Amino acid sequence: MFLINCPFCGEREQSEFKAGGEAHIVRPKQPTELSDDQWAEYLFMRKNIKGIQFERWNHIHGCRKWFNMVRDTSNDEIKAVYKMGEKPPVK
Amino acid sequence: MKNKYSIFSLIKNAFSYHENWEKAWKDPEPKKEYDVVIIGGGGHGLATAYYLAKKHNMKNIAVVEKGWIGGGNTGRNTTIIRSNYLWDASAGLYDHALKIWEGLSQELNYNVMFSQRGVMNLAHNLQDVRDLKRRTHANRLNGIDAVYLNTEEVKKFCPIINTSPDIRYPVLGGTLQKRAGTARHDAVAWGYARGADEMGVDIIQNCEVKGIKRNGDAVEGIETTKGFIKTNKIGVVAAGHSSVIANMAGLKLPLESKPLQALVSEPVKPIIDTVVMSNAVHAYVSQSDKGELVIGAGTDDYVSYSQKGSHDIVEGTLNAILELYPIFSRMRMLRQWGGIVDICPDASPIISKTSIEGLYFNCGWGTGGFKATPGSGDLFAHTIANDEPHKLNAAFNLNRFVSGDLVDEHGAAAVAH
Repeated sequence: MFLINCPFCGEREQSEFKAGGEAHIVRPKQPTELSDDQWAEYLFMRKNIKGIQFERWNHIHGCRKWFNMVRDTSNDEIKAVYKMGEKPPVK
Repeated sequence: MKNKYSIFSLIKNAFSYHENWEKAWKDPEPKKEYDVVIIGGGGHGLATAYYLAKKHNMKNIAVVEKGWIGGGNTGRNTTIIRSNYLWDASAGLYDHALKIWEGLSQELNYNVMFSQRGVMNLAHNLQDVRDLKRRTHANRLNGIDAVYLNTEEVKKFCPIINTSPDIRYPVLGGTLQKRAGTARHDAVAWGYARGADEMGVDIIQNCEVKGIKRNGDAVEGIETTKGFIKTNKIGVVAAGHSSVIANMAGLKLPLESKPLQALVSEPVKPIIDTVVMSNAVHAYVSQSDKGELVIGAGTDDYVSYSQKGSHDIVEGTLNAILELYPIFSRMRMLRQWGGIVDICPDASPIISKTSIEGLYFNCGWGTGGFKATPGSGDLFAHTIANDEPHKLNAAFNLNRFVSGDLVDEHGAAAVAH
C-alpha cells in the first residue's frame, strides 16, 4: 500500500486507483498498414521494467481521471506524477 | 551414487544422531563452459535440468540461481495442484503435470508429500454455475476427473462452509476434482535438485545473471556475478524476473510482473481436509500438515518487483474467507508474504523458443505455476533438447501473440488470474 498524489484530488490511498499499465504507448497512426508483428508489439509486448517505469493510472474511486506516474517498480517509490498530454519529467 | 532414502537409512543415521547424512546436492563453482545453462533454480528450472539429464542424456548442465534454490516463488505459493482447465491445450499441459505428480515421490526417492485431497471450486452466481458446469463437461471430454456439486453436496464435502442463502455471495454449487490436491513446495525443489545433482548437474547458487552475450542471432554465454559462463543453449525460467532477463538479450515479452500475496494462520487441529477455491470472491484455503490454514490472496494490479503487496488485497481476501467460514473468525494470521508473478495477457504460460538461436523461455505462469512444475520441466527440457516443442506445449509458443492463437484462460481456468 502506498499513497498516490492525484494531480486533481491530492494524496489518496493507492486502493482508490486503478493501474493502467505502461504509459506512452502510441496507437499506430495507420493501423491498416501494420504487420502482425507490429500489432503484437503494440498490443502485447511490454517493457515490464524493474526500476523506473512510466505508467498510467486512473483515480477510479475519485475524480475518475487518467494521469501519468513515474514509479520505481523495485520499491514502489513514486518519483513524479503528471497529467495526460504533459511531457514526462526528465529522469 | 547417492544413498537411497528409506526406513533403513533413517534408522542407520539415527545412530549417528542424524549428523552424517550425505549432502543432498553439492555447491560447486561454475565451470567455464556448459552445454546448457538454466537460469533460475526454482522448481521449474531444477525440473528442467533433471529431465534434460534423465530423458535427453545431456551432460554438462548448469542451473544458476541468484539466491538459494526454491527461495523464490517455489517457496511462496499455496501449493495447490489441479488440472481442471477449460481449454484442450491447457488441460493437456496441466494433466500431464498431474500424472507426473502422482508418481513423483517414488521417482525422485524424495517425499514431496503429494496429497490428493481434492480441489473444490465454488460458484456464487448464475454465471459461475454455468461456467463451472461447462468446464466440468470440457474436463470430462479431456479425460480429466470432474464432478459438479450442488449446494448440499458442497456442504457435505466440506461441512465448515457457510452455505446459508443469506450471505452476500451465497454458495450455489461447485466443482470437485478428486485427483487434485497439494504437495510440499520446498520438497519439490529439493527433490529435483538432489536428483539433478546425482546425474551431474551443477547447481550454482548465489550466482546472479548480469547479461546475456549474443553473437548475431545466437547466444554465446552469460555474464554472472561469478564470471562469464560460455554456453550455446540458455533456458530461462526466471518467473517474475523473466522480462529482466529478456531485456538483457534485447527481447521484449508480453509479460507484466505483479505481486501476489499469501498468508498462513497459526496452526490448529485438522479442520479442513481439502482445498476450496472461490473465483468470484477470490478466496482460497487449505490446511498444511503443520495445521496452518494456507490462504491465497489476489494480485495487485500494478507492476512491481517489491515482493510485498497491498494491505487491502489481503483484507478483501480475509473478508471473503470469514463470510464463507465463520468458524475462522478468531483465527490469527501468522505470516504474510508476496511473490512476483509474471502474467501473460491470456493467463497462459510460454514454453517456447525465441527469435534468438539457443535462447528458450519458460515463463508467464502467472499465479498458477506450482501445479505444473514437473510437466513444465519435462516439456521445457524436450523443447531445449530437440530445439522444437513437444506437442503438449506447442500451443504455448511465443508466436501466439503474433498469430492471435491465444489460450485464453482468464477466468476460464476456475480461478481469476
